[in-house]
Amino acid sequence: MDDLLDGLAAAVRLIVTADAELIAITLLSLRVTLTAVAIACLIGLPLGAWLAVRRFRWRRAVIATLNALIGLPPVVVGLVVYLMLSRSGPFGVLGLLFTPTAMIVAQVVIVTPLVASIAHQAMRELWAEYHDLLISLGATRRQRVLALILDGRRSLLTAALAGFGRAIGEVGAIMIVGGNIDGATRVLTTAIALETGRGDFALALGLGFVLIALALIVSGASHWAMRTERQSRW
Amino acid sequence: MIRTLLILLLTALPASAETMRMAVTTSFDASGLAEVLLPEIAAETGIEVQLLVVGTGQALRLGEAGDVDAVLVHSRTAEEAFVEAGHATHRREIMYNDFVLIGPTGDPAGIAGAPDAAAALTRIAESRAPFVSRGDDSGTHKAELALWDAAGIAPEGAWYRPTGSGMGAALNTTVAMGAYILSDRATWLNFGNREGMAVLFEGDPALFNQYAYLPMNPARHPHVASGAAMAVEDWLTSEKGQALISGFTIAGERLFTANAMPAAK
Amino acid sequence: MVSLLPLELEGATLTRGGRRLVGPIDLRVEAGGITVVIGPNGSGKTSLLRMMHGLQPAKGTLRWNLPEAEARLRQSFVFQRPVVLRRSVAANLAYPLLLRGTPRAKARAMAEAQAARFDLTGQLDQPAPSLSGGEQQRLALARALITAPEMLFADEPCAALDGRATRAVESHLRYAGRRTTLVMSTHDMGQARRLASRVVFLLHGRVHESSPAAQFFARPETEAARAFLNGDIVE
Repeated sequence: MDDLLDGLAAAVRLIVTADAELIAITLLSLRVTLTAVAIACLIGLPLGAWLAVRRFRWRRAVIATLNALIGLPPVVVGLVVYLMLSRSGPFGVLGLLFTPTAMIVAQVVIVTPLVASIAHQAMRELWAEYHDLLISLGATRRQRVLALILDGRRSLLTAALAGFGRAIGEVGAIMIVGGNIDGATRVLTTAIALETGRGDFALALGLGFVLIALALIVSGASHWAMRTERQSRW
Repeated sequence: MIRTLLILLLTALPASAETMRMAVTTSFDASGLAEVLLPEIAAETGIEVQLLVVGTGQALRLGEAGDVDAVLVHSRTAEEAFVEAGHATHRREIMYNDFVLIGPTGDPAGIAGAPDAAAALTRIAESRAPFVSRGDDSGTHKAELALWDAAGIAPEGAWYRPTGSGMGAALNTTVAMGAYILSDRATWLNFGNREGMAVLFEGDPALFNQYAYLPMNPARHPHVASGAAMAVEDWLTSEKGQALISGFTIAGERLFTANAMPAAK
Repeated sequence: MVSLLPLELEGATLTRGGRRLVGPIDLRVEAGGITVVIGPNGSGKTSLLRMMHGLQPAKGTLRWNLPEAEARLRQSFVFQRPVVLRRSVAANLAYPLLLRGTPRAKARAMAEAQAARFDLTGQLDQPAPSLSGGEQQRLALARALITAPEMLFADEPCAALDGRATRAVESHLRYAGRRTTLVMSTHDMGQARRLASRVVFLLHGRVHESSPAAQFFARPETEAARAFLNGDIVE
């Protein structure tokens, strides 16, 4: 109980004093996660829409794979990305290991299947509704996907937010590929792991509360998006 | 709003100075010594040292793969093999600290009065009191295994708990279990969650722990920041650097004893 | 301008998973008038319309008087359950025009004019899914007609509507029928009598009887048609 209260106090103190390190860590968390989610959306949203619209031989297999990839353990993703980016790995010459870029790469791998899968579900539903009309209107394949993305934008936003939620709280992979370097690759989650390791539970909890606040803001935004979706629909 | 956010995110990029990456053991970072040394190094040499805090085993792997420019570790045999294999140009001793045996203040195994480290460990094993091991191939883990070996004991059984985690996490486990553990003094003094635990045995020279600095071999990995690694070595072994190391205390206790030999030039 | 019609079907068949939904159908649809497709439930009315519109690929021959790509752009379809895009009424109306490359401003102006014709001006900026069923079907019809198609298919367009909404949709259909060749299905004999200039009577997925409306309703040629008009159950 004392630990929790100390943590809360530490969180308040960190935020009120606008602790420079906290701000830097939070901004890096946001920068890495937002970039990763943006890239995951660029890949996952059109992929989801495409899977909903196109019929091809391996479609079911691709969807099943996608859903299986959601369960990919982040630590394993981290390890594989680490081995890829290590100087003695195939992409070692890029010198990306232990940089924010490496963390973004790992998070893209972790988040893209989730974004694509949620997008696919939403798009499939919308496509069932729109299919006949769009065929009847003679929409080209590109126009169809565009219509789905445009009219399903709220569901797609939900997919992006789910991706954000998963990425911002992720620690295993970015710890491995980022290295938790102070001032370079330390983010909220890895800082929490570190402070816990130092037995400084108050600071760890303080950082934890900041992380929870971020996650709550995002889930609040997600609920808001879903609500407006229903309102406009009914 | 989105634009402000973007600007904020982009400006959060660290300013690029000359940087080098150094893999260090958890004990070095957790002691707080890094926070004293790194700003001094940055101020005097203009080099930003980025620390990767890992166990000795992983630190050497990082060096072997060329992912860091230097390592600062404490496992003599492994270090010598590392230099032998050509991964590092040489091994330079910087300082030493010591390990301590920590356990519940009640000391159920009665190790406090033991004549030496081997005897203390023997008492733990014989009383089957729970003992937490790092179990992560770190320098501390290797030192612990060497001590068991010296005591002629092969630690196994339900009382011996390898956790496969860093020093801090292992200490958290120890506190929660009311167990014994071998820890470096620095991490212990900096550790916040010490409830009901105390240093029960210390001072045996067998517990001394030598740190050495190994710069990576540029012949093996042409991209390593060899110049920076040399400059940092020079600084660590300079009078100023050595004085800072020996002068570092926590709660009045000196943690590290600088013992670098002057450069053999 | 070369006309889209006539449309000729020879042995046209629509199957799904090996099951025959409709066909083989031999039928010729001439320009002009309102052709009403009637028949018992499951006789293939919807399938016939969908096949003619090309929503599903058919076996056999289905020949427009124009190449298929061009033919597609000159026909529209109104579904039994109105399908509206999750956008404003105005955006729904403009969408078919935008697909055909009409400039945005012009499409918007045409949408407003069409909304006025279909009594939807007050709802122009409302999200289409928030409209009532009758309003949605009126919107669907207005959207189908905004490209001035030569041919309009309407699949039981009033099946889900109440009397007032049905009256409104019927009057729009009748008006559209003056410029557009209309093929619609219905299970409402009153509606068939009110609108049809020609009747196609389907039974078991085949054209059982096809004749001018006046003739069909006065002197149906087949036993089944007679029974159907009498309100008997036709199997």
